Parts: sequence; structure tokens; C-alpha cells
Amino acid sequence: MAEVSNNQNRHNAMQTQGHSLNKSLPEIRKNGHKSRPVILRMEKVCKYYGSHTVLDDVTLNIRKGDIFALLGGSGAGKSTLLKILAGFEQPSSGRVYLDDEDITSLPPFKRPINMMFQSYALFPHMTVEKNIAFGLKQDKLPAKEIKSRVEELLGLVHMEKYAKRKPHQLSGGQQQRVALARSLAKRPKILLLDEPMGALDKQLRSKMRLEVVDIIEKVGVTCLMVTHDQEEAMTMADHIGIMHHGCVIQQGTPIDIYEAPNSLITARFIGSVNIFEGNITSQAADHVVIESNPLPTKIYIGHGITAALESTKVWVAVRPEKIELTKEKPIAEYNWAQGIVDDIAYLGAHSVYHVKLPNGMIVLCNVANTARSAERPTWEDPVYIHWEPNVNMVLNS
Amino acid sequence: MQQFFINLRRSYLILGFVFLYLPIIILIGYSFNASRMVNVWTGFSTRWYAELFNNRELLNAVWMSVRIAFSTATVAVILGCITSYVLIRYRSFRGKAFFSSMVTAPLVMPDVILGVSLLLMFVFLNQATGWPETRGSLTVWLAHVTFCTSYSAVIISSRLQEMDKTLEDAAMDLGAGPLKTFIFITMPLMFSALAAAWLLSFTLSLDDVVIASFVTGPGATTLPIAILSSIKQGVSPQINALATLIILGVSAITLVAWFFVRRSNLNSTHKGITQ
Amino acid sequence: MNTSSSTEKKIKSRLKGTGYFALAGIPAVWFLLFFLIPFIIVLKISFSEADFSIPPYTPLTQYAEHILNITLNFTNYLSLLSDNIYLYAFISSIKLALFSTVLCFLIGYPVAWAISCTRQSLHGLLIMLIMLPSWTSFLIRIYAWMNLLSVNGLLNSFLMKIGIIKEPLIILNTNYAVYIGIIYCYLPYMILPVYNSLRSIPHTLTEAAKDLGARPAKAFFKITLPLSKRGIFAGAFLVFIPVIGEVMIPQLLGGSQTLMIGNVLWQTFFNSNDWPMAAALAIMMLIILMVPIRLFNRMKATEELIRE
Repeated sequence: MAEVSNNQNRHNAMQTQGHSLNKSLPEIRKNGHKSRPVILRMEKVCKYYGSHTVLDDVTLNIRKGDIFALLGGSGAGKSTLLKILAGFEQPSSGRVYLDDEDITSLPPFKRPINMMFQSYALFPHMTVEKNIAFGLKQDKLPAKEIKSRVEELLGLVHMEKYAKRKPHQLSGGQQQRVALARSLAKRPKILLLDEPMGALDKQLRSKMRLEVVDIIEKVGVTCLMVTHDQEEAMTMADHIGIMHHGCVIQQGTPIDIYEAPNSLITARFIGSVNIFEGNITSQAADHVVIESNPLPTKIYIGHGITAALESTKVWVAVRPEKIELTKEKPIAEYNWAQGIVDDIAYLGAHSVYHVKLPNGMIVLCNVANTARSAERPTWEDPVYIHWEPNVNMVLNS
Repeated sequence: MQQFFINLRRSYLILGFVFLYLPIIILIGYSFNASRMVNVWTGFSTRWYAELFNNRELLNAVWMSVRIAFSTATVAVILGCITSYVLIRYRSFRGKAFFSSMVTAPLVMPDVILGVSLLLMFVFLNQATGWPETRGSLTVWLAHVTFCTSYSAVIISSRLQEMDKTLEDAAMDLGAGPLKTFIFITMPLMFSALAAAWLLSFTLSLDDVVIASFVTGPGATTLPIAILSSIKQGVSPQINALATLIILGVSAITLVAWFFVRRSNLNSTHKGITQ
Repeated sequence: MNTSSSTEKKIKSRLKGTGYFALAGIPAVWFLLFFLIPFIIVLKISFSEADFSIPPYTPLTQYAEHILNITLNFTNYLSLLSDNIYLYAFISSIKLALFSTVLCFLIGYPVAWAISCTRQSLHGLLIMLIMLPSWTSFLIRIYAWMNLLSVNGLLNSFLMKIGIIKEPLIILNTNYAVYIGIIYCYLPYMILPVYNSLRSIPHTLTEAAKDLGARPAKAFFKITLPLSKRGIFAGAFLVFIPVIGEVMIPQLLGGSQTLMIGNVLWQTFFNSNDWPMAAALAIMMLIILMVPIRLFNRMKATEELIRE
């Protein structure tokens, strides 16, 4: 019921703060995402340590029911942001609103926000049961209610059998489930996950990712996670914010971020990408032609660009899986180049070809390993690369 | 060659322990000597223990020392806890380095210097404010708390430093205020350090003779002061008996504490392996 | 609205700040009052003269006819320099402390090394047994040696019985007894830090050295010894610093030729009742110890002690 009253249209505009030059791709978003109310709002949050800026004017809106991932390298400021939301740090300026209530200076123990720590931070001197009950006890709930709630949570994370164990007697995956149950126990309005898979080994990660998302969706809690692992963000979250040097430089669905990055940084951060530097030579409402030095042909972009340009200098990004590799010369007028195979990385389902252009630039290109190996080009073979005019992305920063 | 080294190590160990324990064992043995002479064994007797338990003066000194040591240890652990919190958990503030070196300085300060300076301080305070009126158990206690706090602070802060701060963060995140977090999370996890700090403070206070000699006054004779004046008059079998009781007492407490710690360690590693 | 909320925030944070500082203030005030200020008073009194009054020293400041007179009296410091007794006591204290530190190292290092080479499960027990005597009474340990070393003590009667000596050796009340006492009492403080640093050396290092062809002795001197340097220094300071100020050992085991500064201070204070001179001695001792204490603090040597 609170959701309805808080559904304020003025906060509805999901800010995909794009300076994206591309006409936005069809927005594939979760059904009804836009109609859900904003639950967490960060307004112009800055954090300085002395003269060092950790967070630079971060504004973020998170809608009820979202699984939002903040993705960034180390030192991007994502942990500081998490600490500010949990209440362990105070922002230097800016406000944080939860359900339109200013919680900026509320201490951590008074916030309806709970966190699953990277190290899990399970209390080593308490059993699984007591760990999960800890938060409920702080609320002075009746013992009976605590007991039934703990049982419910143990069931949710499939840990009924381990209720009496101490944390050091559990495996990594089990510890994570207990930590998740503990942070869900108080039915927080926001669940924070700090590098949720950071303490697990690689094989366990992919399994736990799905399991954690499953539990979060079952409970229906709004979730904000922080990670440096793009795969983790892409598989777990339905919205991603890219953080760089204390700024959120792009927000959107995983598809938005991958298919329509708004800057070189985002393009390089997510997946691998070939970048061609060039100048715009002609521009029309429905297409743009760009000249790039390493390429013998011009680059043709199948859509117009929206923003006004300060200079004609732009970068064109093309994902390796969008590039076609052929032994024959393409018939098209645009978007191709000749080169020789410099290296081949065999990855099972596909191989990554490193194609060296005449000027020395290396272009990566994925080739599916469907055909028999004899028919595929090999080292030192002359080849042509080519891509369709609508798969490349134009970036101006 | 290999065997030579093993034998060498073994003989070092044996010689080391003989050197450390032989004087004590002889001391204990002669506490049961019937003769007053230390170098002549005339037969087994417990008469010195009986005499010891009739020595009111000495028993009073024991009681005085135990009381001072108990209250010293308790207060020193509390102060040491606060100090460690300030040193480890507070963000840096102006004068933190000064605070830290001031608190740890008594660790390496010779007892005579501490004793003289505290005595002169108490005399000065008495002249200036009329307090403390006389020197006695109160001034000894104040002096003991001062240097025991340093030891406690070092032990507790080393534990606090290696303790994961996110555990405290997690407790706060789950709704526990700072005090509750301290009581339910920090304290239980630091229990062994707190106990060690308490025991060490207790023994240090019980053992101190130099500082106490300076700052004590008439009527407040602690056990070490009593032992010192007795020793100065010469070797006495009664002191042997007292020494035996002290050594056995300390050893018993240490062994119990050690087995306790060892068992809990073994348990946790054992369970860790079998699960 | 914005300003009111920001002032509110300011007040709140300031309140929180004072709470924190009140907590920090308790030990700070305690140490200021019972550790730092006493030194200032010692310094002050070291500039006055002994007097037959209560307390037994002349006041430094005097109000005479509304004029504040401050008399700084350097007599104590001058006699520190001119009186051979004090100078000799300082030199012999340093000499004694140095020699006993070296002896503690020579005796303690092999023991620490032997412990670190035993089975892992034995380490805890052996270290506890090394430390156990030092948790019992200090005086009693000295007393035990008085029993053993006296002219008609057990050592002499034992040696005479087996016929090594005819006449009893005079050990008690000589510097030999002082050395024995110091080594006996301070040995654990050398063994513990050395053991802790030896334990932290990975076994693979010495194994690698042997694998590369070093003989065991060479592996020890080239690998183990240099890597346990921190422990050795920590142990050396832990012996040297308190031995400089040692009172009880020279008093009970030493004789007339044993002059140690701690004991001289004690005598000056309790026997001669010359408080200002004792204060000046304390200041001098502090100045001498300043360098080792600074070094000790800089290497954070206390960490070596409590790692166990």
C-alpha cells in the first residue's frame, strides 16, 4: 500500500544519463519496471577524504523490486557508496532518501537496510541459528516469532540441517547462504550485497549466482549489489550502473550497457571491443559516414546521431562477435578491411582471431567453430573482416 | 650428522629447562626441610607451613596484595579496553601518536623511575590539594593501574587489530547499537585477550616490589615488601614455604588456563576437519 | 529547511564527537596525571636541594616581598658529573646490561631455536614452561639463587662433596651472582621474541638452502639467523632496558663492588633521604634510556612479544 502512495511520477524518469550518440535501441526492460516506485534515491552524493575525491556527485534512483548492480574496478568508489547506504560512512555532501525519507545521517543500526558482507561477517561464536536471529533480537521480537522466522529463513536457504553448526564448520557456499538469510531476516527495504561472490571459488560462483538471485526474487526484496565482475553483474542484475572514478557514468539494463555503451570506458569495461578512431566526413538524418585511418574503406553507420558534436573526431566500437571473417573480398562499399591472421585463440565453442591490418592494428574477431577446421583460415592467411552498418557504435568520449 | 643436530637441540632444551627450573625445585624441596639451615637436610616436615599460617603480619600482607591486585587488574582491563578502542578503532585525531606513545611508554620504563616520579607526584598533589591524605594502598593501587593499563592495552589492541571489523559493522547493520555490539560481539570475541590481560595485570601487581616501596606508606605493607624485608634479614624457611605456595598457585592457574585454551583450539580444528 | 537540517546534523555530529572524546579522555587524563605530569615534577625537584623538612627538599619558587624568586639549583647535576660514584655507577650499569644482554642472547637463542625445531604440537607447552617462572614472584626467583650461591649454600656444599673444590667459592654478593640473577630472570624475555621470529620463518627457506647445497650449519648462519634479526633486537631491548634500571638483583645478589644506577637511586632515596639527588638520577637515567626506548618503539618490538 505504501508503494502506491509513494508512486510519484516525478521520480519516474529512469535516468539513463546517456550522452549516447546512438538512437537508443529498443528498450528491453523488465515488464512494468517504469511503473514501479523509486524506493532509494541518492541525490548529488559526494565523498572526499581530504583532497581525494571518492564519490563525485552521484545521483542514483533505484526502483522497488530492482536488482541493481554497481559495476566498477577497484577504486571506482563503489564500496564507499555501499558504506554510505549502510550508514558506516557519511557523505561529504548530498542526501540519501529511502521511501522519500531522508536517512543521510541515520546511524546504521536504525536503517531498514541490511547488508551481506563480502567476507560474510558471520559471528564466529554463534551458531547458524543465532546468527540469523541476531537482527530479530535487536528488534525485541517475541521469542516465538523469532523462532518461526528463523525456521522460515533456514528453509528458504536450505540450511535446516545446519542450524546448530558454528560458521567455521560450514563450507563457503553454506556460509554465504547463512549470511544471505541473516541479512534478509529483518525484511529490509533494501538488501545490499558487497561483492557477493568474491569469497567463493570459481566453480561455486556460477551456481551460487543463480541460487542467490532465486532467493532474492522469491523474497521480492529490492537489492543493490556491488561487484567488479561484469559476468556477475550481467547474470544477476536487471539494472547495471557503471562506476568510474567516483561517477556513475552509465545506467541501464545489461543489454543497454552492452549494446549501446555511451563512452569508451563503458565499452572497454564490458566485454572486449575493437575501437576505430576516425572523423565524420558526411552526416545525414539516417546515416553517418566516418573515415578511419586503419581501414581502407569508410565506416557507414546505419543511423543518425543525436547529440551535437564539438568536433568531427569520434570513435567507432565494434564487438568481436559482430565482425565477419571471410577469405573472399566483401562486395560491400563500406565497413571492411583486409588483413592477415596474426593469432588464433581456440576457446571451444568459438575461436578469437587476431587479424593484423596493414598499418599494424590488431582487430579481434570471433568465429564460431561450427565448420570443420580445415575450412577455416589459419595463421598468416590473408583474410577480410566486415560488419553490418547497424552493429557498430559511435562514441565521442 | 642429522642425529648430531637432533641431539644438540635436545641437550639445549634440557639444559635450558634445568637452568630455569632447578633453583625453583630446590627451593620447593627445602620448604619441607625440618632444619632451619638451608644446606642441611634433616628430615621432612611441614612445620614452616604451619608457622607461615600463624604469621599474621605476612597473611595480612597477602590479603592486602590480593585486594590491590584484584582491583588493579579489573580497572586496568577496563582502561586498557578503552585505550585499545581509541588506538585501533578511532579514526586518527590530532595527538593520537602522542597518546599512543604515552600509553605504551610505561612498558619500557624501569620501575625505579616510575616509582620515584609517582611518589613525588603524590607528595606534590598532597601539598597542593590535600589529596591523597596519606600514602598507602590507594596510592599503590593508582600506581599499579597505571602500568598495568599499558600491558592490558598492548594485549587487547593486538587482538582488536586482528579482529575483523566487519563483524562489528554487521552487528550494527542488523540493528545493534554501539554498546550492544560491544557486549554481544566484540567482548565475546576478545574474551581470551581480556582474560590474559586481567591475569597478567593481576600477577604484575602481585609481584611489584620497587614501585610499591616508593609509593606506599605506613600500614600498607604489600606481600612483596614483606618478603623483601624478610629476605634482607637472611634466608628463612618460612619464605621457602610461602614461595612454594605462590609457585604452585601460579603454575596451577597457568596450566588450567593453558589446557582450556588448547582444548578449545583443538576442538575447533578437529571439527573443522571432520565436517 | 536545508540550513536547519544541516545545523541539526552539525550539532548531532558534535555531540557524537564529544561522546567519543569523553571516552578517549579517561585513559588520556589518567596517563597525563599519573605518568606525564610526574616526570615534570621529577624534573622540577631535581633542581632543588635536600633539606630537613617535610617533604625533604627546598622549594623552587618563593614569594618574598611580592617578588617571585625561582632558584634553579644545578648542584645535583654537577655532582652527578663530578662525583665518581655516580659516573662509575652509570658506566658499570651500561656495561653490566650489555654483557648480560649478550649472555642472554648466547644462552637464549639456542633454546629458542631448539623449541622452534620441535613438533608443532609441543611449541605451546614449551613456551608456556619457559614463561611460567617469570609469572611467579620475581623476588622469590632471586631468593632461590641466594639459597644456592651463599658460602654455605647448596652449590658450594655440592661442589665440595664431589671434590672439585676444597674451599667454598665466594659467589653471592659479587658481580658473578648479579650476572646469574639477571640471566635467570631475563632469559624468558629473550627466548620469547626470538622464538616468535624463528617460527615465522617458512621451513621451505632452509630446505631450499639445503637443496641448493648449503650444509646445515651454513644454512643456519645464512638464512635462519639473519631472518630472526627482528626477534633478536626485540629480545635485546627487552633485556637491556629494564636491566639498566634493575634494583633488586644488585641489592640482593650483588656486593659492595656492584654499583648499578637503579640501586644507587634507591639507596639515595631511602638511605640518604636525598630526594632531589634521586630525582636528578632518574632524569639522567631517562636521558640515557631515551635512545634504546625510541629504537624499541620504532621497531614495534612489543608485537614480537605478544604474537603468541
